[in-house]
Amino acid sequence: MSDPTPGFQLRTSGTDAATLKLTGDWIQGMPHGDFQSLQSELATSGCRRLEIDGTELGEWDSILMAFLLQCYNYCRQETILLSTHQLPSGAEKLLQVATAVPIHKPPEERPRSWLDALNPGQLLHIIFSEARESLAFIGEVSVALLRLALGKANTRLTDFKNFCYQAGPDAFAIISLTSILVGMILAYLGAVQLQQFGAEIYVADLVVIGMLREMGVLMTAIVMAGRTGAAYAAQLGTMQTNEEIDAITTMGISPIEFLVLPRMLALIVIMPLLTIYADLLGMVGGGIVAGGMGITPLQYIGEGKTAMSFTHVAVGLIKSVVFAILIAVAGCRSGINSGRSSAAVGQAATEAVVTAIVYLIVADAAINIIFQQLNI
Amino acid sequence: MNSAAPAHIEIRDLTMAYGSRVIQQDLSFDIQRGDIFVIMGGSGCGKSTLLKHLLGLIEPSVGDILYSGTSFTHAQSTQRDAMRQTWGITYQSGGLFSAMSLSQNVSLPLQLYTNHTPAEVADIVAYKLALVGLAGYQEYYPSEISGGMRKRAALARAIALDPEILFFDEPSAGLDPISSRLLDDLIAQLQESLGATVVMVTHELPSIFAIANNSVYLDAKTQTMIATGDPKELRDHNDQPVVRQFLNRGSSTASKEQV
Repeated sequence: MSDPTPGFQLRTSGTDAATLKLTGDWIQGMPHGDFQSLQSELATSGCRRLEIDGTELGEWDSILMAFLLQCYNYCRQETILLSTHQLPSGAEKLLQVATAVPIHKPPEERPRSWLDALNPGQLLHIIFSEARESLAFIGEVSVALLRLALGKANTRLTDFKNFCYQAGPDAFAIISLTSILVGMILAYLGAVQLQQFGAEIYVADLVVIGMLREMGVLMTAIVMAGRTGAAYAAQLGTMQTNEEIDAITTMGISPIEFLVLPRMLALIVIMPLLTIYADLLGMVGGGIVAGGMGITPLQYIGEGKTAMSFTHVAVGLIKSVVFAILIAVAGCRSGINSGRSSAAVGQAATEAVVTAIVYLIVADAAINIIFQQLNI
Repeated sequence: MNSAAPAHIEIRDLTMAYGSRVIQQDLSFDIQRGDIFVIMGGSGCGKSTLLKHLLGLIEPSVGDILYSGTSFTHAQSTQRDAMRQTWGITYQSGGLFSAMSLSQNVSLPLQLYTNHTPAEVADIVAYKLALVGLAGYQEYYPSEISGGMRKRAALARAIALDPEILFFDEPSAGLDPISSRLLDDLIAQLQESLGATVVMVTHELPSIFAIANNSVYLDAKTQTMIATGDPKELRDHNDQPVVRQFLNRGSSTASKEQV
């Protein structure tokens, strides 16, 4: 029984010829000589012809082949004549297959330093092109809406109904939970402060106005951005991957009319309804907390009634329509511009939620400032 | 022709069904060690479903699948994972991880199931990619290379662990004749030098005749297998007209004399 430890010996025979003798079992888990040491031996020997002798080779697997491939590539690079006839026939054949195609040299890439990311020109360029793309998308959507109004758009009513169902009734459970809790949070927040003045009764005002004008619509919008906006981006991104969007385009149908409009319209219709639902539940949530502080339901309802006004409701509803458009734009734009791989679809969904939330907060602040100035 | 050792893969009275809808029933055949075995049949007859049963992605309704005499169907999940380590699988559209470069794709099974050092892993990845003609493409992502290259990269990942069985789902679908021929040659060469068993689903007649030495024909109408054996034999001498027709590309005049 020979020694199973894998190894190699380089023996020079004659002036410029050498034999590489491979011994032992070249299999996984056995420590074997690395190619670097062989390379330095070869370089010092200065041989021009190398014969590999595998007659005393035991078992072998990919480790040996990886080693042989390195030998082969080195010999080709140094124009050393390599003879492999003494190898086991399987190994010789595999080496032939592995070396049939020359090594591909990837094009040199200029290494990018992280400073590039801070280059103000570059940053400005990114922001500018991003803004232009968004504007172009909104423009396309506007044109599609106009065509829809003229009755010329290829938008299917059944799609619209399906999306309404997905965006609306399917979201009831999560909207119920969040809005009741937000109503309770508002009530607690106010109660602690108002108790100091003995003005607990005004918790009702705080909850009603807070929910109607701000929290009801904002919480609904954030839930919808995470739920529906991300779903739109993922759907459209997958369609892009499957070449469905290409198919729609080559059929002469505008993807904006066919895919984006029904989604956007569904959100525009559903968001105000969900907002009203969230407002109501939020007020109930606030009422529960108020009850815990000794305010009777009748008192709470009476005080809430005086705080409620058509303006507050209208502000909430106007916001909900604006938010619906923003969520749909963010979701659909990320989806349609998505790359064609599973990673890109995930990225599109993330991008949809992040942009939608940024849009929401900025738009909310802007609307509040405008209404403040207008004394609404 | 009874050999003492059990066949590499045995399918025993297999019935495949989705719920109450039966796809194929009463399948029984053997795949011998070192075979290049083709699962063929018309579209929708359950070829890919059979492959998914062999891989354990779908459970059989009735019947058993044995690898080297050990039941796979009745094996525990840890035992199944151990059996799967000796398999290499390429999926219809490659199944490469799009978020990973080719070298990461190929090195993943090596990192999971072997204790090679990182330097050895890199050497083996270079060798496996060279085998499929993709030397130097280590840092490319699947989205940056062509469809044919992606199929070959998937093959490199499948052979990373020197598998005993190689499964292919439509290896040459969507490839041009030259690329598909090269892929066939590669499969045959790998089979010869690794001594692996190859199981493939395909209806590319040229590749069936070029490399396969055993096959099974699944019929959609009768919902069972109606022929097994060397595809060249089946083409010329099978008594089922539908099999001869399939293997002669639909020309129904195919007579027994025609070669």
